[in-house]
Amino acid sequence: MKSTIFEKNTLSWIVIILITIVLLFFQDKWDWISKYPKELIVPVSDWINFSMEKFIDKFGWFFLNISWLLSWPIISAQWLLHSVPWVVIIFLVTFTAYLSSGLKLALFTLSASFYMVLIGYWDESMNTLALVIISVPMAIFIGFGLGVWGFFSKRAEKVIMPILDIFQTVPTFAYLLPILLLFGFGTVVGLIASILYSFPPMVRNTILGLKRVPDHIIESAIMSGANSKQLFWQAMLPSCKKQILLGINQSTMAALSMVIIAAIIGGTADIGWEVLYYIRKAEVGQSLVVGLVIALMAIIIDRITSGFALKSDKEKKSLEFFKNFRMNYLSLAIAGSILLFLIARFFVVLDDWPYNLSVWVSGYINDLFETFVKTFRTEIKQLKTYTLFFIMLPTKIGFQEAVSPFTWGFKLEIVHKVFYFASLFILSLWFLKNKKNNIFIFILLLMIFLYFGLTHMPWPSLLLIYSFFAWQVGGYKLALGTFFGLGFIVVVGMWPEAMISVYLCGIAVVFCFIVGTSIGIWAAHNTIVSAIVRPINDTLQTIPLFVILIPFVMLFKIGDFTALLAIIIYAIVPSIRYAEHGIRNLPSEVIDASKMMGSTKTQLLFLVKLPLALPVIMLGLNQTIMYGIAMLVIAALIGTNGLEQIVFIGLTDGNMGKGLIAGLSMAIIAMIVDRITKTISEKRSEALGLAIK
Amino acid sequence: MKNNVELSKQIKLSCRNVWKVYGDNSDGFFSNNSYSQEDPSILSKKITEQGHIVANANVSFDVHIGEIFVIMGLSGSGKSTIVRCLSRLIEPTVGEILLDEENLLGKSEKELIEIRRHKMGMVFQNFGLLPHLNVIENIAFPLKLQGLKEKERIKKAERVIELVGLNGRESNFPMELSGGQQQRVGIARSLAVEPDVWFLDEPFSALDPLIRKQMQDEFLRIQSLQKKSVVFITHDFQEALRIADRMAIMRDGQIVQIGKPVDLILNPVDNYIKDFTKDVPWESVLKASDIIDKSQKILQTAEQVPFDMPVAKMLPLLSKKSMGVVVVDQAGEKLGMANAKSFVSALAISEN
Repeated sequence: MKSTIFEKNTLSWIVIILITIVLLFFQDKWDWISKYPKELIVPVSDWINFSMEKFIDKFGWFFLNISWLLSWPIISAQWLLHSVPWVVIIFLVTFTAYLSSGLKLALFTLSASFYMVLIGYWDESMNTLALVIISVPMAIFIGFGLGVWGFFSKRAEKVIMPILDIFQTVPTFAYLLPILLLFGFGTVVGLIASILYSFPPMVRNTILGLKRVPDHIIESAIMSGANSKQLFWQAMLPSCKKQILLGINQSTMAALSMVIIAAIIGGTADIGWEVLYYIRKAEVGQSLVVGLVIALMAIIIDRITSGFALKSDKEKKSLEFFKNFRMNYLSLAIAGSILLFLIARFFVVLDDWPYNLSVWVSGYINDLFETFVKTFRTEIKQLKTYTLFFIMLPTKIGFQEAVSPFTWGFKLEIVHKVFYFASLFILSLWFLKNKKNNIFIFILLLMIFLYFGLTHMPWPSLLLIYSFFAWQVGGYKLALGTFFGLGFIVVVGMWPEAMISVYLCGIAVVFCFIVGTSIGIWAAHNTIVSAIVRPINDTLQTIPLFVILIPFVMLFKIGDFTALLAIIIYAIVPSIRYAEHGIRNLPSEVIDASKMMGSTKTQLLFLVKLPLALPVIMLGLNQTIMYGIAMLVIAALIGTNGLEQIVFIGLTDGNMGKGLIAGLSMAIIAMIVDRITKTISEKRSEALGLAIK
Repeated sequence: MKNNVELSKQIKLSCRNVWKVYGDNSDGFFSNNSYSQEDPSILSKKITEQGHIVANANVSFDVHIGEIFVIMGLSGSGKSTIVRCLSRLIEPTVGEILLDEENLLGKSEKELIEIRRHKMGMVFQNFGLLPHLNVIENIAFPLKLQGLKEKERIKKAERVIELVGLNGRESNFPMELSGGQQQRVGIARSLAVEPDVWFLDEPFSALDPLIRKQMQDEFLRIQSLQKKSVVFITHDFQEALRIADRMAIMRDGQIVQIGKPVDLILNPVDNYIKDFTKDVPWESVLKASDIIDKSQKILQTAEQVPFDMPVAKMLPLLSKKSMGVVVVDQAGEKLGMANAKSFVSALAISEN
């Protein structure tokens, strides 16, 4: 490939960089360059608020009726779960766990659910469970229906898919806003929000599963004389049972996490509310104890549902035998329940765990953390300040402001500036000389970014840079989408906050990608590392988001730094996973061939494995960004300043317009980044002729 | 020739000028009748130039009752498409498919389902077994679709299980079977409804060579009992030779030549066909009836051989009996004498 400075793309980039420099130079003179003028902000949020008010005036009664109607199933589910003694419920859940994955999970379930009883949070847990039990079947029903429709009708799929994208990228808090206004306070909001949040994975899995039914199965069923109904119910659906069960698993997990998040609006007396209550009261020990309940609940539900999904693969012996099997188990479950129910009549402890028998461990936890914080006070402080001064501040406001005697120990003099620019410029020229034009451009951009800081970059040039990058990656469609999407954020006046979100999330993502991918590569080559990392990843992925916040709040108090750590710990998971998966699943002939050509381990890694695994690793980056954004939203709870905070404030103040616009802005950013990274990954894998599974 | 010397002339299934074109405006090329005047190759080229894909171009052939008709072609030659057009898994763009002299393309969806339930059976390259059903349920699946009672289904299915030799495997799931056994299930399932027409789409291509040979013998045995009208798709010329009563060779969606295997070998129409036939060992293709020496009188005392005995098996006999052997047909009628000289001269003709 020939690449010189006169290549079209490189020239365009140089022009863009020159424009940026000019804009930076004039931004003191012309205000509009650094700040989008207030007068020109389109008051979309006011419009939304206004029309919503009118809408509620007219149709509010309708939604309140629905709300009333929907509250009945919840109330009855709660009543049922409360009136049945806890032993019976634990017995049934443990029994299901045993059927799903055997003895190990059964024991885990038994002890985990007994933990809920022991710490005195059984009733609250059951309130949460009641919501999940009601919302999941509805979500699955809706999701399955839409999935089938989307599978059979191309047009329907075209409409459904973008809607799913929006539902899954709009920050969770932003969901609650309109629902709250329409349906009023109470558990119904949680129910509706969790249905809306949890049906998309079901749709996706249904469509995916049906699409993956092999042609020869469909053809053989048709040739066996199946009409269209028989074809669907007797051949296609059973063949994609596993994917559908996975959809149920994902939907259930999503429903649980949304139920927990919905607790933020209160009025539910469920377990999420308790955690929030203790976080707000800064009683971290107790919040961790209760948060553990959520985590355990999530793990149990996840393992049971995924256990059934995996089992569907190999299951069953002879038909006759299986039928008996099922009958026997059902009757065993019923008999056991009745027996335990009767026993619980005589021993009240088994029905209602007495308050004075509850175990209080929060005190110990508090002490433990306190000692830890005290012992490592200096280290913690150092970690915090170093990250703040040397990484976070430069990214946010640039070297020009971050470097001061107070932070870095010296003042930024002309000498330093000249040295900084000159050295990086020469470095970039060196890359240009070696025909690495992309790196040349990258270093120049980085040089400007780091000096002025992301929040000080003029918005027109950022708009230009992002759009042009999108054009280079995915053509004019992607570029137009990027331009108008980001333009929307500018026009509604959310740009400064958006950049703060991007800065916080960006640092986390870069860190996660570098460290996570390295860990993933290591794990791919070392089974011990892999065995250690996997359960940690599993747990981090199942635990509802804001439980993850708790230990970090304990150690580092609230603020940007804590948020950053929480985002990193959550978003690093996909980077690790995809890197390991990508490298482990390379075609073995290629690896063998390279070994036979005499490549060393390092050569093998950098010249063969990494380039081939790049598409999958890029997908990991994509997921890391999505996870990062999801966590960022929750991090608003501990006081960040970006879009997520506006969403959160919108929720607590009931300012729907502003919250919704901020939420939409986040969704736009997420979708743009998603499209760009996915396109890179797809193009790469297409070029390599590999299919990504 | 696996069946009779004289094949039944009665036509079961017939494919007339079938075209299948993929593309946005595939029907456009055939909207007026003038297309049939054009040379298929030229029209095909024209369609391809306009960004469409021609899978089948003007394909015509007949399948007689009880005959094994093999369609042979390399990948991309359109052989899988044409068999799917025959069963209407794929809608042909234009043309006629006649089953028992009725046009299949005119049938409604409902009628088609009835036809598939009773008249057609199909075996697939990748078996097409339902992973959630065990062997007997898979085989009984077409019967279940017809709404038969469970007892009756099982009874019928057990009969075909016997036929394909899968006894004792009834309750296994497809995942637990080897490829060969899975295809036995596929064969059994396609025969469960006792169809007249039997489609086999590269049924043995996914199997190991040794198993493939076994399955071919198995197939011939079953066919000798069942006497279906068979359309057999394969990319393996040797397999086609072993199995076919008549065969068609396809290239670029068109049929290049149709005929008995021996005809193809003796009179290839072009170099493409020659490329396939040139490595064929003659002694395994030529049958006793192909080397009859017309000039020699029939010796009543000479040893008799059946007309369809491969020449390869006759060699020891021919080397010992200088007078040759008598070739007889199925009815015991003496067709003529075959001897070493007639064998050599047959070879001499073939090599030219």
